[in-house]
Amino acid sequence: MADCGEADGPVKKDDIVRAKNEGKELTKEEKQRLRKEKKHQKKQKDEKRPSERVKEKKPVAPSQPVATQPPTQKAPTVLPASAPIPVPVSGAPSYSSPAPSPADKPAKSRAEQKAERRARQEADRASKQQSCSSSSKTKAPPSELNPVVKRLPEHVQVDDPAVVKRLTKKFERQQIPLRSDYDYKVSLFSHLHQYSRKAPLTQQLSIPSTVIHPSIVRLGLQYSQGIVVGSNARSVALLHAFKQVIRDYTTPPNEELARDLVNKLKPYISFLNQCRPLSASMGNAIKYIKKEISNIPSQFKEEEAKTKLQTCIDRYINENVVLAAKAISKYAIEKISDGDVILVYGCSSLVNHILCEAYDKNRKFRVIVVDSRPRLEGREALRRLVQRGISCTYVLISALSYILPEVSKVFLGAHALLANGYVMSRVGTSQIALVARTFNVPVLVCCETYKFCERVQTDSFVSNELDDPDDLMVTRKGKTQLENWHDVSSLRLLNLVYDVTPPDFVDLVITDLGMIPCTSVPVVLRIKNLEQ
Amino acid sequence: MELQAVLMAAGGGSRMMDLTYNTPKPLLPVGNKPLIWYPLNLLERVGFEEVIVITTKEVQKMISTDPKVKLDVKMKLDLVCIQEDADMGTADALRHIQQKVKTDVLVVSCDLITDAALHEVVDLFRAHNATLSMLMSKAHEFTETVPGQKGKKKTGEQRDFVGVDGTGKRLLFMANEADLDEGVVIRKSIMRKHPRMHIKTGLVDAHLYCLKKSVVDFLADNKSISSIRGELVPYLVRKQFSKSTNSPKVIDETHQNLKKNDSNVNLEIQISSRDEELLHLTQERSCWNDHRGDMSDAYHGGRLRCYVHIMDEGICYRVNTLAAYIEANRLAPKLFDEPAVHPSAVVSERCLIGADSIIGASCQISDKTSIKRSTIGVSTTVREKVKVTNSIIMHGVTIEEGCNIQGSVICSNAVIGRGADIKYCLVGSAQRIEPDAERTNEVIVGTDQLMEI
Repeated sequence: MADCGEADGPVKKDDIVRAKNEGKELTKEEKQRLRKEKKHQKKQKDEKRPSERVKEKKPVAPSQPVATQPPTQKAPTVLPASAPIPVPVSGAPSYSSPAPSPADKPAKSRAEQKAERRARQEADRASKQQSCSSSSKTKAPPSELNPVVKRLPEHVQVDDPAVVKRLTKKFERQQIPLRSDYDYKVSLFSHLHQYSRKAPLTQQLSIPSTVIHPSIVRLGLQYSQGIVVGSNARSVALLHAFKQVIRDYTTPPNEELARDLVNKLKPYISFLNQCRPLSASMGNAIKYIKKEISNIPSQFKEEEAKTKLQTCIDRYINENVVLAAKAISKYAIEKISDGDVILVYGCSSLVNHILCEAYDKNRKFRVIVVDSRPRLEGREALRRLVQRGISCTYVLISALSYILPEVSKVFLGAHALLANGYVMSRVGTSQIALVARTFNVPVLVCCETYKFCERVQTDSFVSNELDDPDDLMVTRKGKTQLENWHDVSSLRLLNLVYDVTPPDFVDLVITDLGMIPCTSVPVVLRIKNLEQ
Repeated sequence: MELQAVLMAAGGGSRMMDLTYNTPKPLLPVGNKPLIWYPLNLLERVGFEEVIVITTKEVQKMISTDPKVKLDVKMKLDLVCIQEDADMGTADALRHIQQKVKTDVLVVSCDLITDAALHEVVDLFRAHNATLSMLMSKAHEFTETVPGQKGKKKTGEQRDFVGVDGTGKRLLFMANEADLDEGVVIRKSIMRKHPRMHIKTGLVDAHLYCLKKSVVDFLADNKSISSIRGELVPYLVRKQFSKSTNSPKVIDETHQNLKKNDSNVNLEIQISSRDEELLHLTQERSCWNDHRGDMSDAYHGGRLRCYVHIMDEGICYRVNTLAAYIEANRLAPKLFDEPAVHPSAVVSERCLIGADSIIGASCQISDKTSIKRSTIGVSTTVREKVKVTNSIIMHGVTIEEGCNIQGSVICSNAVIGRGADIKYCLVGSAQRIEPDAERTNEVIVGTDQLMEI
């Protein structure tokens, strides 16, 4: 809020107060009116500094949501205190290109700032006059409004009944059954979904599934039962299922493939989201597919279009998963020297691939596999490495500080890399990174670029995934201690899946574009956006 | 389309000939509905819209005129007739309809009465890309006395040995006592892959199978297999662990050979091979394994997998013996919510009808009768002072005054004379019991219907 200035102070406070009292709708109304006013002014003043008006609009717009969002939203997605202006700009990404705005900010002169303030004051005065005459109930859809408005995604607002109602209506429209939450949630995480594996979504579907394509139903089952696990595997399986959907698709009469197919995919994506929340890589893959489908020229015949889409999918997987893995292992092998002791956590397909490749290239190293409950994925990683012939040690995460003095490097996999440089990975990864930092052991994160996400997060609470809490029960010698945990009213079980690691603990990120520091993630995102 | 339903209704009911010599098994009334209504209702409830029903000409005629089936069943029934005397097994019947089968099939038998959650069976089939997925249930002891049985019930029924793995879902071993000479023989290769196996004997096979399409095509080639339950299922279970199924499995090869003449073959094989690559890539990158303790990949690299869902609680009966028939009649009312007394029955006021009895349509129940725990069929006439306890009365029966019927099964169109005392008997179709008769524990059938040995 550095560009607001003192003169704006009282006006801004009025805005905030009004926003607090009348809710979000009115601020959007205000913005609409603001824009209308500006258009009027533009016409009247006749091209007087048109470029500055455009610039004014953009910086005015993000600063306003920054001001009004913290009071009206519980969990801010935009970084509050520590972040300077560039963060909200980069955090409001896909709608406005981040490139021009940060470049503009330092170049702004005092005159431009004054003009900005004047325009805002006039607009506020005009909107105050109009506020009594306009109806307050009209709520324009967000896509037509100020495109920089960041809404909380629906999957982190489960305890808000209005959001839940909206979701149920949406599912009814799409004819997808609603999966009910497993109600015993820890109150700090009550805003997230928690499902029980004993209540699959297929209970409510008809058996020869007609609404949802059978390969999508199969995929959803495999996700929810944990048969397809891991960011890469889930994306590949998703694209494979989409290939089958596209193959079985026929354009209905009077419809265009480009538009109808995208609409067909929407209920499938909602269905998969309910079986298991989508990962960042899956989200990027879906965005890519949707873009490819909508870019199909209308003169293509159906068969041509379908084959084109199939080849696009094959190419996407080949480039982003297979070749990326090859490129990453090439870079990573440079970092592995003979006599190294490498620590890995859980089962990351990419890290396993790197280690197997390094072993094939005759590097001499040994591996320490760190594992944690309840998933115990390290056992599978251990099996794959030992099958290749690599000598391994296996410990649980509680033994981490005892084993770290022996370790020379830590290789971690990632579920997603967030735009502020944080690494989102399996729960426990941040612990490993923290302890490794204390022991001065370098931490290298390996991640393909298609997992880079434009989201911003600094803690593991806001957006996470809650797994089935019954997984925490373990039966030893016929006794299950937590068998009747439902009956204990003050006991709640929490099974988190992901956590975020701050960039200070990560020394290097190895991607298919090269070896970059953690803070360069927004740069890569920018490059990717420009490429597209 | 994902699954096609196939209902096997051509069986003869060879284990309850006394009931089925006049009425074909699919049309035996259970709770006043024909037996075939139950699996059809089950399929309709889970969402099927079409069913292929394999049956005989006689049954086909009766089904098309049966009001219950016509009114209640909204699915499209595709009736396929086979000859009665052809002695076709269930696998032969599947081979017969091979042309109609376009996707994976769900095979149900007409004598299955269950309230199982079918999605459990189908989920196993989908999630693990299984070749076979079936339903089994813990067997319950039959508590009702069976009419016509002399002495204690023989437990000479051949037992089934079913071997499952630690999770209780993967089917490792299946054999019937009749096929085993001396003892249960388990191959070492199975033990090496699955060191912990649970062998169960007290299970009832519900005869509900999800089969992949390639199995139906395989049947078309191998004409020696004639029964699904007796031959095909044990064959598939054994084939899971055979050495040749580690590379392209035998069934796949025969499937491809079949389609060589088809012009679309190359495209399909190409498509399927590219998809296979992606599936393989997914499995490679996914850090999941169905077992642990050895060095092999998920499913031990095997392509053929058989799964079973074992129901712990709930109703699951196969009505293929008299005892099962009686038990099913007791429990069938719990499966649907119709009123116990049909609205069109004429029931006089001074009769006692117990809460768990069912009175069919167009019945006439006269005064001072007492009906407890029984099922009265359609168009039955019950005169005064009759006591009916624990019995099953089928359609069109006339029971004269003063009779006492206990624990019996009276088949359709029979006439029980005045004052008769029938205990634990089975009265065949259209039989007449003379007045004041006293019969206990007998099977009364006509001389012309006696079984030919």
